[in-house]
Amino acid sequence: MADKVQFDLVSPERQLRSEAVDMIVVPGTEGDFGVLPGHAPVISTVRPGVLEIFQGTTVSDRIYITGGIAEVSNDRCTVLADEAVPVADLDRAKLDVRIKAAEERLAASKTDGEQYTANTTIAILRELLATAR
Amino acid sequence: MPSLKDLKKRIDSVKSTRKITSATKMVAASKLRRAQEQALSARPFAEHMSRVMGQIAAGTPKTDDMPKLLAGTGKDDVVLVVIVTSDRGLCGALNSNLMRNARRRIAALLGEGKTVKIMTIGKKGRDGMRRDHGSRIVHSAELSAGKVLRFTDAQAVAEKLMAMMAAGEFDRCVIFYNTFKSVISQVVTEQQLIPAMVDEGAAKQPGEASYEAEPDESEILAELLPRNLAVQVFRALLENNASFQGAQMSAMDAATRNAGEMISRLTLSYNRARQAAITKELIEIISGAEAV
Repeated sequence: MADKVQFDLVSPERQLRSEAVDMIVVPGTEGDFGVLPGHAPVISTVRPGVLEIFQGTTVSDRIYITGGIAEVSNDRCTVLADEAVPVADLDRAKLDVRIKAAEERLAASKTDGEQYTANTTIAILRELLATAR
Repeated sequence: MPSLKDLKKRIDSVKSTRKITSATKMVAASKLRRAQEQALSARPFAEHMSRVMGQIAAGTPKTDDMPKLLAGTGKDDVVLVVIVTSDRGLCGALNSNLMRNARRRIAALLGEGKTVKIMTIGKKGRDGMRRDHGSRIVHSAELSAGKVLRFTDAQAVAEKLMAMMAAGEFDRCVIFYNTFKSVISQVVTEQQLIPAMVDEGAAKQPGEASYEAEPDESEILAELLPRNLAVQVFRALLENNASFQGAQMSAMDAATRNAGEMISRLTLSYNRARQAAITKELIEIISGAEAV
């Protein structure tokens, strides 16, 4: 068993990360899940949230993703994100823009699913805003 | 025999044409690099996507309530043809080649008694198809004016396709675009978008354990299929963009070279005409002097 997980984060526009890490915490639709070496094969949808990359026991990187699909198999974790931005790159102005866009989507949402997505997006963005510089 | 002044004018006009073509060539060359990079960096996502798709689709039991995007409507009467072209010309036969292929396909489909609907992406396609298939064009999309293609452009197209699918406006959807092989070679590609083509080979990799799905297969499939559609469209757009820049570059390169040849030819006849005029004047002076 390998002692690292090969982690790939890809968005349609480019490959953002491809590295060996100790653990990844993925915000799955049915709850966050951590991926360690030897994890059982899983495919899960991803809700808007923050993906945490662990090197050793500390968080080395946090990446905000707007949703997508995660696949875990054979010590590989591949996250197909709709859009991914490192949390460090998000400042208050950018977060404000995103919150506004999400609120517009919430107002325009017709189905429960859309409403739920918009609501979780707003919640996570507010949380990020509170900790942002 | 054109006069000296006429020749001079023609030389000047060809020179300014050459300036334009060589500038366009430079612009295309620099844009090509970016377009190529973009097409390349989009590839991992598409690859991972088709792998996951294959695995999920293989794990899902084939039932009647399969998503239409994967299973189709069960009929094959109405075909939507999506034609991806560039917004601008000056790229040789790129767009006309594509449209010739598309027209042939449309004619074949019509011959089989099917109904054909057309969706164009890019100005050239709309203008080119309007003449003989104007009534069949159901939607014309234009890409955002921005320099860089964004995924949202593809998403907008995919959403439109899904809305039409949901309304039962077509049974099958094929897309025509140019695949970028190299600067001098672009290949017209026809690809079926709906029902989605699942790469069955990718699904059966040895040693791959079966997956646990969260929430469950059908829900993931419902999320995955629209994304897959958008990704396929995005790839078509990127490939076409790279093809366009490549074709424009080589077309403008040839045009610049031709203009250069033309200039040297015209300059030669200009000089000849000038010499002839001088000789004629000299003869006139000399024979005038002799007569005295």
